[in-house]
Amino acid sequence: MKDRLDEQTIALRAAREFTDGSVVNLGYGMPGLCANLIPGDRTVFFQSENGMLGYGILATDEEKDYELINASDQPVTPLPGMCFFDSAAAFDMIRGGHIDIVVLGAYQVSETGGLANWGRPGRPATGMGGGMDLAVGAKKVIVTMLHTTKDGGPRIVGNCTYPLTARRCVSLIITDLAVMEVTENGLVLKEIAPGWTVPEVQALTEADIKPAEDLKEIEL
Amino acid sequence: MTINKIFNSCDEAVADIFDGATVMIGGFGSYGGLPINLIVALSKQGAKALTIIANMGGVGYELSHRIKPGGYQDSGILFENGQVRKFIGSVPALGGMPPTSPLERLFNEGKVEIEMVPQGTLAERLRGGAGGLGGFYTPVGVGTTVEEGKEKKVINGREYILELPLTADFALIKAHKADAVGNLVYRQTARCFNPVMAMAAKTTIVEVDEMVPTGRLDPEVIVTPHIYVNRIVEVPA
Repeated sequence: MKDRLDEQTIALRAAREFTDGSVVNLGYGMPGLCANLIPGDRTVFFQSENGMLGYGILATDEEKDYELINASDQPVTPLPGMCFFDSAAAFDMIRGGHIDIVVLGAYQVSETGGLANWGRPGRPATGMGGGMDLAVGAKKVIVTMLHTTKDGGPRIVGNCTYPLTARRCVSLIITDLAVMEVTENGLVLKEIAPGWTVPEVQALTEADIKPAEDLKEIEL
Repeated sequence: MTINKIFNSCDEAVADIFDGATVMIGGFGSYGGLPINLIVALSKQGAKALTIIANMGGVGYELSHRIKPGGYQDSGILFENGQVRKFIGSVPALGGMPPTSPLERLFNEGKVEIEMVPQGTLAERLRGGAGGLGGFYTPVGVGTTVEEGKEKKVINGREYILELPLTADFALIKAHKADAVGNLVYRQTARCFNPVMAMAAKTTIVEVDEMVPTGRLDPEVIVTPHIYVNRIVEVPA
């Protein structure tokens, strides 16, 4: 078995997309790790659906304050300049295009950037939370996910078979095997995990992927 | 002005919640901002066939230990008690948790109805109810199961769906401080859905960490104006 990237490394790769001064929302699960991984030369303002802008890294057990949490229930730390607001204002920011980047998890992403990240077979009561609003409203949607299911089946597909979060919303997919851009002409493979070949990644991907001319290894 | 909004206990404050009532429950989902003492009082009071409007369906006391050591009660207890007919919210159950939250269990048994609403749409439907609007068009949910049965409209070349306002008979909310007339301030992320629910319900009942004399709260920082608050219970943290 070849090595795949671990979650920390996937999140680190996603955090490299955060430009200086950007407003970023982090979704449930793996994306939350990005809060601790901002490149040192940049300032990023993290926004959270429960009404907070400008929070810091995740809190340690000693620092925990249950009235200072992100939308994934993780206690976070305060930063100078942070502010609070209610849920309606939080989603004005989100729907209104005031969030530069959102990082979301996914069950499936389609070749046209369709996202399925909230419902799965056998669990009809799990909800979409703020995922639909974020997928529709953020200027750039980055997905961090594992490339395949537990059984090795594809999760980057022609058409999503799980309930859709939004159509044509994802612009960058970062997995444990690859970094792919969603373009007008389909998925372009920009970076590949060390030791993996394009045909090997394609074999685990239902959608067609085109290697970029400047395809490179994911920097660890 | 002789209206007294201050109640001595959560039990007294929720005593008249009736069978079949629609009740908003503030907070976000987990511990911070939840009106836990009012929820427990409603569970003891026993009103049935309730429609609950809340962001999350609650995880129940058992699973709450994963979120906070020692655990806490949330709206899960209302489902466990069989007090709820319908839930309206964005996260009835957490995908990461096994299907053992009280609401998910009852839903799977066909005993509770769920209306799934994207979280921003939920906030805006509450604001619509609070502000006397007939509804609004949002791009959120287009092309998904959320659009089923809803009017669609193209505005400036973009597809939108019509969403309708939400109101309620009661809102149970949590704030940090209240003065005697009912002005409220919140603490950090415990604000979340509380202010917009306070505005959208006929009768808003708030539990606060601390009561202060009227005039003590800086008028520049009051978040919820007192006209939206009907009953106040002090429950020191």
